[in-house]
Amino acid sequence: MSAQHALPSTGMSGYNFAYLDETSKRAIRRALLKAVAIPGFQVPFGGREMPMPYGWGTGGIQVTASILGPDDVLKVIDQGADDTTNAVSIRNFFKQVAGVASTTRTTEATIIQTRHRIPETALRNGQILVFQVPIPEPLRFIEPSESETATMHALGDYGVMHVKLYEDIVRHGRIATRYAYPVEVNGRYVMDPSPIPRFDNPKLHMNPALLLFGAGREKRLYALPPYTRVVSLDFEDHPFEIPRWKSACAICGSTESYLDELIVDDRGTRHYVCSDTDWCETRSAAGERTT
Amino acid sequence: MSALSCDTLPESRARQRADVDKGFPENLAETAPPRPAWAAESPLLQAEHVTHLFGPEQGCQDVSFTLYPGEVLGLVGESGSGKSTLLAALSGRLPPEAGHVRYRDGKDWLDVHALGEARRRTLLRTEWGFVEQNPRDGLRMSVSAGANIGERLMAQGARHYGKLRQAALDWLCRVEIDPDRIDDAPGRFSGGMQQRLQIARNLVSCPRLVFMDEPTGGLDVSVQARILDLLRNLVRELGLAVVLVTHDLAVARLLADRLMVMRRSRIVEAGLTDQILDDPQHPYTQLLVSSILKV
Repeated sequence: MSAQHALPSTGMSGYNFAYLDETSKRAIRRALLKAVAIPGFQVPFGGREMPMPYGWGTGGIQVTASILGPDDVLKVIDQGADDTTNAVSIRNFFKQVAGVASTTRTTEATIIQTRHRIPETALRNGQILVFQVPIPEPLRFIEPSESETATMHALGDYGVMHVKLYEDIVRHGRIATRYAYPVEVNGRYVMDPSPIPRFDNPKLHMNPALLLFGAGREKRLYALPPYTRVVSLDFEDHPFEIPRWKSACAICGSTESYLDELIVDDRGTRHYVCSDTDWCETRSAAGERTT
Repeated sequence: MSALSCDTLPESRARQRADVDKGFPENLAETAPPRPAWAAESPLLQAEHVTHLFGPEQGCQDVSFTLYPGEVLGLVGESGSGKSTLLAALSGRLPPEAGHVRYRDGKDWLDVHALGEARRRTLLRTEWGFVEQNPRDGLRMSVSAGANIGERLMAQGARHYGKLRQAALDWLCRVEIDPDRIDDAPGRFSGGMQQRLQIARNLVSCPRLVFMDEPTGGLDVSVQARILDLLRNLVRELGLAVVLVTHDLAVARLLADRLMVMRRSRIVEAGLTDQILDDPQHPYTQLLVSSILKV
């Protein structure tokens, strides 16, 4: 392929830069442009086979592969951490097939691929956050037919989303949806923000970075352009709220970040630590630990 | 009634309701000739030569009629005579091959099948209702009874949990279901209760027109009687116009003001219920009336 010669060597023979062939990348970028033009709208795309199973982030990897350039600095997180299996594998994959620089620093990265979390450090304009999405359709829980959900999106027929929240309050006394909490984008489409915790929903609103969502198995892409209005659905008398923890992070002492619960001994002693490892390390290094 | 249900009606509709309440049936005796109040108003629904055939004489053909606000129109006939096809065409679910269905919205007449999908759906869940024969088709079985009743209100933009709950409680009472069961899934209700829940779910938006497809089919006789009684009261109280499909003439006699008899895709006889049941003209109607079991 002639395009291959123009691109930098990946250090591996037999692969195009960033694994995908240029035609596939172009097709995905075209779908991404459409997704950016219609915030929150799910754009179908010809998802490719990736050298890993569905559920490991094939959607996000295809998006990253399509937008990655040789000068990019890549950060990959899973549950907020840079050192979990999935994050390490994906980072190594791109190091091998694209030879790009990688980092664990949120501020240094130009592209961040993520599952479950939005970094605690505020993103800036120019950065791109790529989400791995398992089920892109927020209406799927109540409507199994794809043509029917497409019609419901087209007509803005979103009453059933509140039926779901109503059921939550009936069963738990409050809106108990902890993750994949549905949002309304730019006053139009209802979107599933992928399995990020409800805690991260406010970060979607007016975020200066470009947020791209890729679902590999379902073959759908969607996007939030920078500075898009994003509202979490709720009831007037049961407003949306984010969870708070009673304790602070055991490592850095943060009370603002999303905390993971760890059981540290056989007697069930619990510690809470930041799920965002970069945030935690940066704070620890700056000596903000108080106790 | 709760603030979310009938109190929020547009003024014109509320007035219309009041007229119906006033004019029928008390005024019947005073005014001569006796005319129910709805007859003086303009029609609500008009069918013009509605035709949809799946085969020769299978489906409905050349059906025309006019339905007035507050009127209950019964559609009777044997199985396969095209009642349900006609109902599907009237309610906007099945575009007919020929003919028009028009619905009056205020002063405007809407051609139901020429409307956009969005407008038709809005109509279906605000001003119209559809009670299915099998409540499982009309209910969301995976969510609680309260959510089933509240769904239409939420689709219309109600965003206050407390008020939604109050509306659901009100409607459970009105259809004689124990309000304590508001959080139960419909799957745990009996067949009769499911049917009453389906009625509540449809009536919560205070529709003007309700389509019913054999609402008491498949229920035992005592449960049937309770539902018929309930329906009759609600129809009078809310001034509902109803198109009621049934093959049970007893149901038709109890509920319907007017009857249309269908056979082999055509209307063979139409008129006031008592007139048709007591003095049938068409040979088929005579057969139908004479075949009722007398116990």
